[in-house]
Amino acid sequence: MPQDLDTLDRRTALEGIGCSRKRREDPRFLQGKGNYVDDIKLPGMLYGIMVRSPYAHAVVRSIDTAKAKALPGVHAVLTAEDLKPLKLHWMPTLAGDVQAVLADGKVSFQNQEVAFVVADDRYVAADAAELVEVEYEELPAVVDPFLALEPDAPVIRPDLDGKDVGAHGKRRHHNHIFNWQIGDKDKTDRAFDRAEVTVAQDMYYPRVHPCPLETCGAVASYDAIRGDLTVWITSQAPHVVRTVVGLLSSIPESKIRIISPDIGGGFGNKVGVYPGYVTAIVASIVLGRPVKWIESRSENLTTTAFARDYWMTGELAADKSGRISALRVNVTADHGAFDACADPTKWPAGMFHVCTGSYDIANAHVSVDGVYTNKFPGGVAYRCSFRVTEAVYLIERMIDVLAQKLGLDKAEIRRRNFIRHEQFPYHSPLGLEFDSGNYGPALEKVLKAVDYEGLRAEQAAKRADPDCPTLMGIGITTFTEIVGAGPSKNCDILGIGMFDSCEIRVHPDGSAIARMGSLSTGQAHQTTYAQIIASEAGIPASVIAVEEGDTSTAPYGLGTYGSRSTPVAGAAVARAARKIREKARKIAAHLLEVSPDDLAFDLDRFTVKGDPSRSKSIKEVCWAAYKNVPEGMEMGLEAVDYYDPPNFTFPFGAYLCVLDITKKTGETKVRRFYALDDCGTRINPMIIEGQIHGGLTEGFAVAMGQELPYDAQGNVLGGTLLDYFLPTAVETPHWETDFTVTPSPHHPIGAKGVAESPHVGSIPCFSNAVIDAFSHLGVTHMNMPYNSYRVWQQARALGL
Amino acid sequence: MAKKTQVSFRINGSAVDVLVEPRELLIHTLREKLAVTGPHIGCDTSHCGACTVDLDGVSVKSCTMLTVQCEASEILTIEGFAKGGQLHPLQEGFAAEHGLQCGFCTPGMITRAYRMLQENPSPTEEEIRYWMSGNICRCTGYQNIVKAIQYAAAKMRGEEVQSSHPLMAEAGV
Repeated sequence: MPQDLDTLDRRTALEGIGCSRKRREDPRFLQGKGNYVDDIKLPGMLYGIMVRSPYAHAVVRSIDTAKAKALPGVHAVLTAEDLKPLKLHWMPTLAGDVQAVLADGKVSFQNQEVAFVVADDRYVAADAAELVEVEYEELPAVVDPFLALEPDAPVIRPDLDGKDVGAHGKRRHHNHIFNWQIGDKDKTDRAFDRAEVTVAQDMYYPRVHPCPLETCGAVASYDAIRGDLTVWITSQAPHVVRTVVGLLSSIPESKIRIISPDIGGGFGNKVGVYPGYVTAIVASIVLGRPVKWIESRSENLTTTAFARDYWMTGELAADKSGRISALRVNVTADHGAFDACADPTKWPAGMFHVCTGSYDIANAHVSVDGVYTNKFPGGVAYRCSFRVTEAVYLIERMIDVLAQKLGLDKAEIRRRNFIRHEQFPYHSPLGLEFDSGNYGPALEKVLKAVDYEGLRAEQAAKRADPDCPTLMGIGITTFTEIVGAGPSKNCDILGIGMFDSCEIRVHPDGSAIARMGSLSTGQAHQTTYAQIIASEAGIPASVIAVEEGDTSTAPYGLGTYGSRSTPVAGAAVARAARKIREKARKIAAHLLEVSPDDLAFDLDRFTVKGDPSRSKSIKEVCWAAYKNVPEGMEMGLEAVDYYDPPNFTFPFGAYLCVLDITKKTGETKVRRFYALDDCGTRINPMIIEGQIHGGLTEGFAVAMGQELPYDAQGNVLGGTLLDYFLPTAVETPHWETDFTVTPSPHHPIGAKGVAESPHVGSIPCFSNAVIDAFSHLGVTHMNMPYNSYRVWQQARALGL
Repeated sequence: MAKKTQVSFRINGSAVDVLVEPRELLIHTLREKLAVTGPHIGCDTSHCGACTVDLDGVSVKSCTMLTVQCEASEILTIEGFAKGGQLHPLQEGFAAEHGLQCGFCTPGMITRAYRMLQENPSPTEEEIRYWMSGNICRCTGYQNIVKAIQYAAAKMRGEEVQSSHPLMAEAGV
């Protein structure tokens, strides 16, 4: 847009929406002055360590803590017996189940929490943990959800004996948690009966872990005289933690202060409430001293919140041209020993029903069974909205399976099935209203950028050459995400609607402080929220302080996960800033002696319409708000907004991956990865690009190496960074990014959220590329991860 | 509890004495006794590099070193990089190129990159990726870390530098 120099200067000074503003967070992180939970040190602070079960399934016959307690420097050893009088030996989960805080007579997964040792420092605590003597009687373990549903399978949860109805309806077996269905089954079945072509594919989405670089932990400090409990905690949702702690402890929420300081990455790992948090709090209350608990990396990888572990069967019905008429999905979901999934209460498979994807499919039906196994609890959304990664994986793989069956090009089949731009808002057969999208142009832009025709020609030439040492794979995904949970009519956690909030106070000098209920774990909210306020209220971002994470100062919010910060809290920020602007308008009108309607808002000032020489800057208005307001108006310049979104937002993207597989070794090298994302209005392009790079890299990790397998005895394999794949700079491919902009029609600034799309969209893209490399040999699916050994096995099985 | 040993070393230019058990790891001494909390603990197995410090001119993972091994050593941590309120070119480069997000790996990353640039002032992208492979980042995907190190290397060589993320590129200008 053309603009004069003055406008450009003022726009630059504001650093509003659209600027690649440098991050406000960086100076402290760059100088070692971040303040993470493990950095907190309080006078008299003690250190807690968990004693954990070596067995996946066992009766706890006895726990002898005498030797541990006798060790100098040990202050307490807590077991379930100590927690029972406080009714804290079990705790509610986010999924309507209960979880043992400390083993109550039985352990149901390896590394389950059995006792909590509190000592002067971490070394003494570790010594004491070794001295706790636990007698176990091992039981047969079951780590396969299908075997868990056999009639004579071991009973994993005797505490649920006789409970035929769980939080999500009827249970049909002692290890069954729920069956959840959505869509019109009869109509879908009929569409399959009539179809010219059908395909079916089984696929397993392995158990993985978000593995942020900082593990989980807490410092609990109970002040017995004041009756105040303060907890510094690695939580993506501190207000929810406060409510849970209040419910558990019977301490009023007004006496509980939960602080999430700087968080070293979350990716879904830090949404739940974990036993270590509870025991640290109890120990602090009992001992009257602050208690720190920080889990080790192995504890993190094997006890606090896995993701995925979905066994899915997809089926598509179509005509011979590839036009899809129906989708049918059956899922067996391994939830581990306690159902601690993080999902909105009403949807035990989260938003899996976004699985019709970017495609106009008239009929669909989904059935998901949740199952208990002797594995650690979780089911969190690892850099995605609730179960959306699984859903997008399913549909993007199924589209390729159908294309192969019909001999259709994998870009062409997508073109033929896209929801067209004019169909938005689009009502999906599974009950969702997609807000906006423009899928065709996004795909064409990507295909052109990479010379898709040229790539397919190169692939054909290589396939024709029997001496070619490599296989070339081209993967495409054209995915739609669902984020921004969510409308309170559909989404709540523990009975609290999933709104979010913002409170802004503008000071007399024209600077401001804004506080939100969300929580940055690296997304730079301090930087980007200030940009929204700058554009909406005309206050330079450089003088706006943004605070989150302290429940005593921030308004109640549901936290940050599922890319909900921009869609929900960001909307609250925009709306609160607009309230500031509108009050400022009235004050400016009063100062200029005109009607508020006669004023135009111009970046950082109000000008009189038709006479731009008469204006009042926002800075001038701020001072007047504390001195000279219109008669009848309250002094001050503050606003609060609690935003309950009318709908989710639906970011989308088109990705393309080119990779080369060495036939003799299975080594897979990503040659090119082109990611086009459409997240609606772009607030800070630099930060968006950073989020996309990060999400693609986590997607690469999941596809190419991450898994937490179990042996038959229930031993978790992969519980250290020796075995669990975190890519380094060497393995990580080079990323190319691009974008289109299709604003959300219902979001105040049209923004949709971005950080999870690259994870959700890239994983099936890697899969599609690896499988595409083998597709001319009849391969329709290979389960992740695609480490060299597994890819080599596939090549070998085909005699390559 | 084992008998404690006094250990003396220099950290970020200042001499310190600490009293530690022989088994105490350097990262714990730094973080818990000396309030040097820049280096972080990200794993138990020396894979992640969040605890990287510079010790006598070598990058060291301080979770894999006993404090008693540090007698008479010269240790540099992230806290020693900025001088007189002026950021080190690496710190400046990480901000300019968006080479950090949650910030947890950043102190170790910068400390490692510092040693690399001492040994190789003009590294290629491939060399940077290889020489930095002992430090894991879960947020950035490394691409901007590579750029940040290239920015710092250029600045340390006395060349003109500028962020590849212009402020107003997309802001309707």
